[in-house]
Amino acid sequence: MIPACPLAALPRGEALRIETDPPIAVFHTEDGELYAVDDTCTHQDASLADGWLEGCEVECPLHASRFDLRTGRVDAPPAKLPVRTHQVVVQDETVYVVPSDLPPNLPPGVRTTSA
Amino acid sequence: MDSVAVVGASLAGLSAARALRAQGFGGRLTIVGAEPHRPYDRPPLSKEFLAGQMTTADLALEGEGEDLDAEWRLGVAATGLEQGRSLRIALADGSAVEAGGVVIATGAVARTLGDGLAGVHTLRTIEDAAALRADLDGARRLVVIGAGFIGAEVACVARALGLDVTIVEAAPAPFARALGPEMGTALSGLHEDHGVRLICGAAVRGLTGEGRVDGVLLEDGRRLDADVVLAGIGARPVVDWLDGSGVLVGDGVVCDTGGATSVPGVVAVGDCAAWFDPALGAHLRVEHWTGAARRPATAVQTLLSGGAAVPDTLAPPYLWSDQYGLRVQFAGHTLPGDEVSVEEGDLASRRFLAVYRREGRTVAVLGVEQPRSFTRWRRRLNEPAGAR
Repeated sequence: MIPACPLAALPRGEALRIETDPPIAVFHTEDGELYAVDDTCTHQDASLADGWLEGCEVECPLHASRFDLRTGRVDAPPAKLPVRTHQVVVQDETVYVVPSDLPPNLPPGVRTTSA
Repeated sequence: MDSVAVVGASLAGLSAARALRAQGFGGRLTIVGAEPHRPYDRPPLSKEFLAGQMTTADLALEGEGEDLDAEWRLGVAATGLEQGRSLRIALADGSAVEAGGVVIATGAVARTLGDGLAGVHTLRTIEDAAALRADLDGARRLVVIGAGFIGAEVACVARALGLDVTIVEAAPAPFARALGPEMGTALSGLHEDHGVRLICGAAVRGLTGEGRVDGVLLEDGRRLDADVVLAGIGARPVVDWLDGSGVLVGDGVVCDTGGATSVPGVVAVGDCAAWFDPALGAHLRVEHWTGAARRPATAVQTLLSGGAAVPDTLAPPYLWSDQYGLRVQFAGHTLPGDEVSVEEGDLASRRFLAVYRREGRTVAVLGVEQPRSFTRWRRRLNEPAGAR
């Protein structure tokens, strides 16, 4: 479990990037839900934490693909692959991420430093 | 409508085919493409693909297992369009495709310098990019003619490969028309930061060399040595094949706000199409990726409804570029006289967000390495000032 930030440091409507490998984006939706996905868009190198959060979806800041934060599913091209999701846990007013065991769907040209 | 032909198999054509199926069109679908390839993404050609960080397979636009139930006619250009009981598209191999509806998505081709010298390149296709890359490997001096986005991106890649790079631009500043002179000058500073020479206000008289280019001659008499030349001097729409078809053509296929052309049952999308933009009160050909990806859904709605569909408001044009590791994003449309202010960062640091205003409205936004705030500003374009 990776500590992300104090819950109070991530207001609703905001996102945070954790510099894991690959980086993870944590979102706090307007409805008060917390979600975590890989931060890098599956299409090209862009940070989803910089994207536009609307409901349970984030739109990539570079193009217009939207990812469902609950499932990682992408709604429309250019991205073709879902983004990997991670579990979020809040304990003692701190946000933690439980990283997924599944392989990430990173865009071409982007690799994890450990891979 | 029981059959539709999409003429053009790049992003706009593929997006139209997807929109047809997504909007419930179950008839015969034919996709004609002049290039031999399945649809591929062009923006990386001057970036990651040229740099060798992406392969041809990475450029594929179709998803794995994606099936549009279409007949693909690839590697054969359309040569004519005839109206009769149906619409008939003549193809370069002598065959023809008949359809009840047509989506024109034939794109654009790069303007060339036309000297026929080896070592002189344009960049539009996979083959162009591969040939340019092969020529850059082992070359010492690159001259880029035209300081637009393609030219700037190629200059970046070539510089990273260790070449000596000079950019020649006819206008007094790069991007003067697209971004305004002030921001154009600010962006051009990136080249100097990275040791690329930029010569502005310089017209090219011609190229020198026997068989292979060895220099670029400027109108003021200067001569620049060159092993490789890239002409990044824009593109012209592929519309010659529509001569005599009745489809009205100006700078591109003339379309209304929903993509309808002057011929019933024919719509046009992508780089070849000049849609009417109510915000500007004029037809505007937009050569941006986002328009090619998004507008086909509207055009297909127009086509399937016979023109009765009410188009959504046009999203403002949006483009992005990667230059020397910095992400440049621009959305909207600027005209001379717009008021420009830097809202975040500063020009000297090369990381900034600039907003363009006209008569109290935010009409355009430019971000350099500001993706998060850029997205927020882009969302508010054309809202009256103070709306948020």
